[in-house]
Amino acid sequence: MANESALIARILAGETQLFHQLIRPYEKLVYVTIFAIVKNETEAEDAAQETMINAFRHLASFRGDAKFSTWLVTIAMNEARKRLRKLKAGAEDSLDDTKEESEGDYTPAVLTDWREIPLAALERKELREKLREAVAMLPEKYREVFVLRDIEELNQEETAAALGINVTLVKVRLHRARMMLQKMLVPYLKSQAPPRGGFFRRWLS
Amino acid sequence: MKVECKHVWEHISGYLDQQLDPDLLAAVQQHLETCEVCSAILDSTRNILVLTADDRTYELPVGYSERLHERLAAVLASGSSTG
Repeated sequence: MANESALIARILAGETQLFHQLIRPYEKLVYVTIFAIVKNETEAEDAAQETMINAFRHLASFRGDAKFSTWLVTIAMNEARKRLRKLKAGAEDSLDDTKEESEGDYTPAVLTDWREIPLAALERKELREKLREAVAMLPEKYREVFVLRDIEELNQEETAAALGINVTLVKVRLHRARMMLQKMLVPYLKSQAPPRGGFFRRWLS
Repeated sequence: MKVECKHVWEHISGYLDQQLDPDLLAAVQQHLETCEVCSAILDSTRNILVLTADDRTYELPVGYSERLHERLAAVLASGSSTG
């Protein structure tokens, strides 16, 4: 963005107050990226602040060949990973992530009595909560890709750059993340259609 | 080209992202037209993505922006930006 690079040049030239303006469009991006990884509001907020401070301190190392937003997400992702390691070090569980790419079950849940649910049902608040819980349960490497591609809507190349992996791996992990979510969420996505038979049987008898 | 359900499942994500090459796309599409199981998987996955992109799914904590800019202001006042 032309405005953005002008803004960055002025900040580097000493008008540091403009940094507030520079990051305003990305406040949510940074917070949500971190929150979806660390799964803790307080930690995510602090990490988001750190991210912005780091971005300010290292602004001179930003090269215009990447988008500013991608650069910022890279910093946010590193901060989130650092926090997560710290949080995990304190906890017992280490269910994660060292499994080979080929392991695991990434087939979707098969629905035998599926009916397209009305769009209105997606309005349910409970469903959004279930989605957040399901995303939080994804193994880290899948969660990272899902967050950047489907929550932040970065493209494949940007996602690959921010995570330091190649585009093929982005595709593979995204597919698996989506299939895992489909499996976890299907019980909540089904339409609550009334059982067939009762009403008409009464008519027919 | 005729494809099996399991083969279609591997391409659900690519299908949603419109990344399948034309031959595969045609085969998958043809399969979806007649297979209720696979269309249900596609629909449910698509619903998840609609929900994910909904702004209300992930919200900012109240006062987040104010606290962020307050902390930044303190940093901006004390330091300069270097490489």
